[in-house]
Amino acid sequence: MAIHNREAFLERLAGRLGRSPRTAGVERPVWRVHPQKDVLNGLTQDELVQVLEKQCKVIHTDFRRTDCVSLSQVLGEVIEAYKGNQLVIAKDERTEKLGLTSYFEDLRKSGKAVHEWDATLGKENQVIAEKADIGITYSDIALAESGTVALLNDQNQSRSISLLPRSYIAIIPKSTIVPRFTQAVEQIRKELTAGRDVRSCVSLVTGPSNSADIEMKLIVGVHGPIEATYIIVEDK
Amino acid sequence: MGIKIGSPSFKERVQQGVDNDFMRNAVSSAQGRFRSGKENAAEELGNWEEWRTLGEEIRSHTLENIDFYLHQLSEQVEKHGGHVYFADTAEDANTYIQDVVKKKNGKKVVKSKSMVTEEIGLNEALENVGAEVVETDLGEWILQLDHEPPSHIVAPAVHLNKEQIRDTFVEKKGYDSTSRPEDLALFAREQLRQEFLSADIGITGCNFAIAESGTVTLVTNEGNARMVTSLPDTQITVMGMERIVPTWEDMEVLVSLLTRAAVGQKLTSYVTSITGTRQEGEVDGPEEYHLVIVDNGRSKILGTEFQSALHCIRCAACINVCPVYRHVGGHAYGSIYPGPIGAVLTPLLDGYEDHQDLPYASTLCAACTDACPVKIPLHEHLIRHRQIIAEENKQGPKMEQLMMKGFAKWASTPAAYKLSTKMARTALKPWTKDEYISNGPGPLKGWTDVRDFPAPEKENFRSWFKTREGGEQRNGNS
Repeated sequence: MAIHNREAFLERLAGRLGRSPRTAGVERPVWRVHPQKDVLNGLTQDELVQVLEKQCKVIHTDFRRTDCVSLSQVLGEVIEAYKGNQLVIAKDERTEKLGLTSYFEDLRKSGKAVHEWDATLGKENQVIAEKADIGITYSDIALAESGTVALLNDQNQSRSISLLPRSYIAIIPKSTIVPRFTQAVEQIRKELTAGRDVRSCVSLVTGPSNSADIEMKLIVGVHGPIEATYIIVEDK
Repeated sequence: MGIKIGSPSFKERVQQGVDNDFMRNAVSSAQGRFRSGKENAAEELGNWEEWRTLGEEIRSHTLENIDFYLHQLSEQVEKHGGHVYFADTAEDANTYIQDVVKKKNGKKVVKSKSMVTEEIGLNEALENVGAEVVETDLGEWILQLDHEPPSHIVAPAVHLNKEQIRDTFVEKKGYDSTSRPEDLALFAREQLRQEFLSADIGITGCNFAIAESGTVTLVTNEGNARMVTSLPDTQITVMGMERIVPTWEDMEVLVSLLTRAAVGQKLTSYVTSITGTRQEGEVDGPEEYHLVIVDNGRSKILGTEFQSALHCIRCAACINVCPVYRHVGGHAYGSIYPGPIGAVLTPLLDGYEDHQDLPYASTLCAACTDACPVKIPLHEHLIRHRQIIAEENKQGPKMEQLMMKGFAKWASTPAAYKLSTKMARTALKPWTKDEYISNGPGPLKGWTDVRDFPAPEKENFRSWFKTREGGEQRNGNS
């Protein structure tokens, strides 16, 4: 690792600003206004679910709501609707917590290919994900306002799962829903200030991929998934 | 390619734009859609002005302390396994990136949309060392196949229609299906999948770099930037040096402003924040990471009266409200940065000599300044440019020089400026014929040779504009 040409570069910038370069002693001020903190402030968890449901229509995303008992049934319906035969899922303790371990076993027995991300297989995972019909991840933080799932990617909840397959399913524990991006960033910064390292990738995913590059007409489904469903689970 | 595009003469470029009916209609409807989307999104927030104040405050503080934050950023990137190169010029940046590509024996480079790599002419530099460069943003890919420069920051291929795009696909890629946008996009998806999977190197731009953690945030809709940062083993981020924020909290505010101001979305489909290399045990993400921080003339703007031009977050809101852009299109500006911000920035980055006409590509209606989510006083910068050009250009007509002084005077105090529309109306009276100016003086010269220029409205320009474009706006609501 190396840093090239930094000192001369920063000296020139500081010179333009009429002073010598600063490498310490700059305090980020408390900004005068904080409008972001007022958005959807004080809503209950159920009200946030409603906001999220409404936003799903805007972002071309199917919305389902269920509890732990019926989760596998709802998930099965969505997989069926997406004609999913090859699935790739995150390696995640929530599979067990939400009672899906045996469900995925049953799927395998019924002839579907369910690949749980396995870091030891290396790039093979990407090849499998690229061929998969459906990728399934759990949301770490969900943003009601924009209809977004925030994925704190790591070796088990890898970036490709929500990216390469044709269809995407996000399982959203209700307790992870926050008003907006603001609160997600608060959580991420809390980790940083506690001395934990930042993730190599934080992916905010808002529905399927899209483009308006051809005659400004919205095309849903470009490089990323072409369809998406959020399943909200009552977890508390 | 560099910052300059198109034929050398401003008048010729304007003429080409004005003659291209499809382009003008497409640009109008794109403007309408982007703008009404932005207005809806801003309205939903309720306190848009407060958001703008916050955006401006963050950008001002950051630029005032840019050396400190760039230092912090580079420390953090290095800590997370990345290399950092501070490039004084476009050539420096290209040479460094060429070296990385050569060292990795890179044959194929996949790129996601980036204005700064257009600005420094990176694609050509990479091709010169034998690398194949594939633009993977749908609009950019179309332009690359078609050898056209982009005409809008957010929607680069807005000047092409779907039949032209199909023809390009047929000719260049053996496409044999319809001109339905969905079919065209599906074809691009299939073609580009192979490119992502076989690329050695991924290159992206940068919407915001976060100093506190060495993170680069990319704001996209198609998913190609995620591919570019997840699949190749070597990744290079190229950023203009001013695209930096102190913390995640500031990134959040500016991304919220950007997505609303650019396309009226609360968030785009993907907001991806990448820090350094992939970590131990991870499969996705690069094993080698480079951040290239580009000056290329930007530092000349620091410490000057134009410093706030560096606050720009590249949302194109100013472009979407600009009546001049509406009529002439992006290519007329002769710069990869079109519209009001382009007219401000291009002469600063590339000198007045080749871009003397740009500050005149404006009616000074101030719609751009009102639209800017970080409150850059764009039209005031344009006035100041004109003043500088008029002062330097002694052989310019006396009348023009007088006009310039007048504009500067109007702009110098808020009260005087508020009167400016009225004054313009009075000043232009002798040339006004049925509410259209057929042979205007000073700043309008050249424009009026091309087409009749509407007279400043009795009330104000924006209400005139609304009435005139009302029908299109209705169609444009999305």
